[in-house]
Amino acid sequence: MSDPMRIRAQVQGDKTTVRVLVSHEMESGQRKDAAGKTVPAWFIQTINATWNGKTVMSAQWGTAVSKNPFVQFSFKGGKAGDKLVVSWVDNHGDKRSDEAVIA
Amino acid sequence: MERREFLTSSSGATALALAAASGLAPAYAQNAPGWNKVAFDSKSFAEAAKALGATSAPVESKELILQAPEIAENGSVVRVGAQSSLANTTQIAFVVEKNPSALAALFDIPAGTDANVSTNIKMGQSSNVYALAKVGDKYFYAVKEVKVTLGGCGG
Repeated sequence: MSDPMRIRAQVQGDKTTVRVLVSHEMESGQRKDAAGKTVPAWFIQTINATWNGKTVMSAQWGTAVSKNPFVQFSFKGGKAGDKLVVSWVDNHGDKRSDEAVIA
Repeated sequence: MERREFLTSSSGATALALAAASGLAPAYAQNAPGWNKVAFDSKSFAEAAKALGATSAPVESKELILQAPEIAENGSVVRVGAQSSLANTTQIAFVVEKNPSALAALFDIPAGTDANVSTNIKMGQSSNVYALAKVGDKYFYAVKEVKVTLGGCGG
């Protein structure tokens, strides 16, 4: 129902920096379509990332996060070859999970 | 090329979702577990801070750095970042004062994760943007005025 997330995770010293580009409409519920009807809000509400089962990023998003959201964060640890999993849940109850390998 | 593929492949799904959602909006909307609805309903910085647990007014801090542009050409995509050098920062939130929904995003900072996050937000109009950091049980903030150019006339 959506394209895979683009996840880039790179080790820099003792940290891993992660950049994620999520594919999602993130409708704020403010926009009106061509017919003048308000497009209902449809947006990711919770998103998190785990590394070796440990949560390294956890966020709650509102309607003000941009379409095709971007997020960048970094955490201590991680080495090349480790797996990172990013998952989100939106306000329709839809979910998505994507995996990436740390470079 | 990729974007075109994305648009053609998702347009069918989006149309379906919109059709279903417009007819069934109340029933279809289903808040994700753990999503702080009250906080995301707040209409001001003070309200958002309170909804997130602040029991007194947050204090401005130079150890919390908010990165945001002076002028955002496109209000739909404004890159903001916050970096806290305050030890024991457990949460960072971005609040856009003049948005219909003031709280844009809330990041938990688990142990081992840097108190340094960036994301893209939407701004309806020029407004103060706040980074709010929860440090232990205290709240600190940094603020920056971001001008939004709608229609590209500049200034």
